[in-house]
Amino acid sequence: MTPDEARAVFFEELGNIAPEWDPAEIDPQEDIREAMDIDSMDLLNLVIALHQRLGIDIPEADYGKMITIDGAVTYLVAKSAG
Amino acid sequence: MPSLGSDMEAGTLVEWLKMPGEAVHRGDIVAVVETQKGAIEIEIFEDGVIEEQLVEVGQTVPVGAPLARLKGTAAPAPAAPPSAAPMPAEQAVPPPAAPSAAPSAAMPRAMPAREGVPASPAARKLAAERGLDLAGLAGSGPGGAVVLADVEARTPPPQAAPRKAKPRGLDLDEMRKAIAAAMSRSKREIPHYYLAHDVDLAAATAWLEHTNAAREPAARLLMGALFLKAVALALRKHEAFNGFYGAEGFTASEGIHVGAAVSIRGGGLVAPAIHDTDRLKLDDIMARMRDLVARVRAGKLRSSELSDPTVTVSSLGERGVEGMFSIIYPPQVAILGFGKVVQRPWPLDGEIVLRPAVTVTLAGDHRVSDGHRGALLLNEIDRLLQEPEAL
Repeated sequence: MTPDEARAVFFEELGNIAPEWDPAEIDPQEDIREAMDIDSMDLLNLVIALHQRLGIDIPEADYGKMITIDGAVTYLVAKSAG
Repeated sequence: MPSLGSDMEAGTLVEWLKMPGEAVHRGDIVAVVETQKGAIEIEIFEDGVIEEQLVEVGQTVPVGAPLARLKGTAAPAPAAPPSAAPMPAEQAVPPPAAPSAAPSAAMPRAMPAREGVPASPAARKLAAERGLDLAGLAGSGPGGAVVLADVEARTPPPQAAPRKAKPRGLDLDEMRKAIAAAMSRSKREIPHYYLAHDVDLAAATAWLEHTNAAREPAARLLMGALFLKAVALALRKHEAFNGFYGAEGFTASEGIHVGAAVSIRGGGLVAPAIHDTDRLKLDDIMARMRDLVARVRAGKLRSSELSDPTVTVSSLGERGVEGMFSIIYPPQVAILGFGKVVQRPWPLDGEIVLRPAVTVTLAGDHRVSDGHRGALLLNEIDRLLQEPEAL
């Protein structure tokens, strides 16, 4: 998966979780929990959606790598390659 | 029109989901009502056949007014059982024959909705304003519900929306008024006392990590589920915190229906009930929490969820708050708060060690309980959280 593909998938699923926001307007290095008012339930639902869509395992210990858009893209690219 | 809180005086019927001649069963959703808390799905608590609808779409009627008549019943059947929340004297229910209030200006009388098309109130309003038929729109919300974005997508607004959270299906200005009324009444009438108790979460944290490590994401638990279950079980022993205070004083509730506070993006909050929380397994509580959050986001709560909470549990830990000093939601008599789970120095076996810990707070109604009983409740919650596998 390329970074652009990962970003597109992440934006789509993030948009489903918090449709009030346009992820493209969020600073990619900003904590989405603060920027988009994402709570732990939202984050879990995001992980569930990504897991189901991409078939990658996302352990709880890795949640912290997905709290920025840039971090999530890097993580998804790495996981899809591994 | 069921009472969905002590602060509710009236509601506007925005959709009938069951028509005259249709059979209904206990638990069916028969209508959608717009209140200050948003669009609420109204359940029926009897079996029968809808004989007559007594309220038209767009009509605002006071709490207690019958919405429909069921065949086989002697009197118009309420769409919900009498609320557990005692009604203030000034909210006396007019007789069914009393003229209803004029249709709300905020809600168009004629909804451009095909019967049964699920949609958020905001979507309905915008669709009505733009003359769109909801039945012709593809819904992207939960269960295929048409949401505001679906209507906007059909007819883009003239200018880009500002970078601001937009509530879906909720009128946050009205919700703020409802919160203001309830909290003002609470501060005016309820003599609060506050207690804080630090709980060692090492066992709960380790158990949760171990449990979730072996699970798919969809089956994982959040610490909040453990908190809710521990509170519910503790309330079995301490019923003075589970019930309602009315004109006759305190009445303990037979069921333990914990209201789980859910914040709404853009402001506002609701605390819908998780019925019989003490009898649910953690997995079931987690499933209910996920469902409630999804439906709060979509503005699709049910009447019983708003009228039934017997106690409220709230948490601001995810936002860094370590201790909450909350205001009781009347006519309830207690609210518990959970702060952020943080590593704290903790005395253990003669040494100071770092342990994950949380501050649990209680706001209690001094008309019903005192600090001593409150402390016992917090101690019991602490004890239960030390044995997470038993929750």
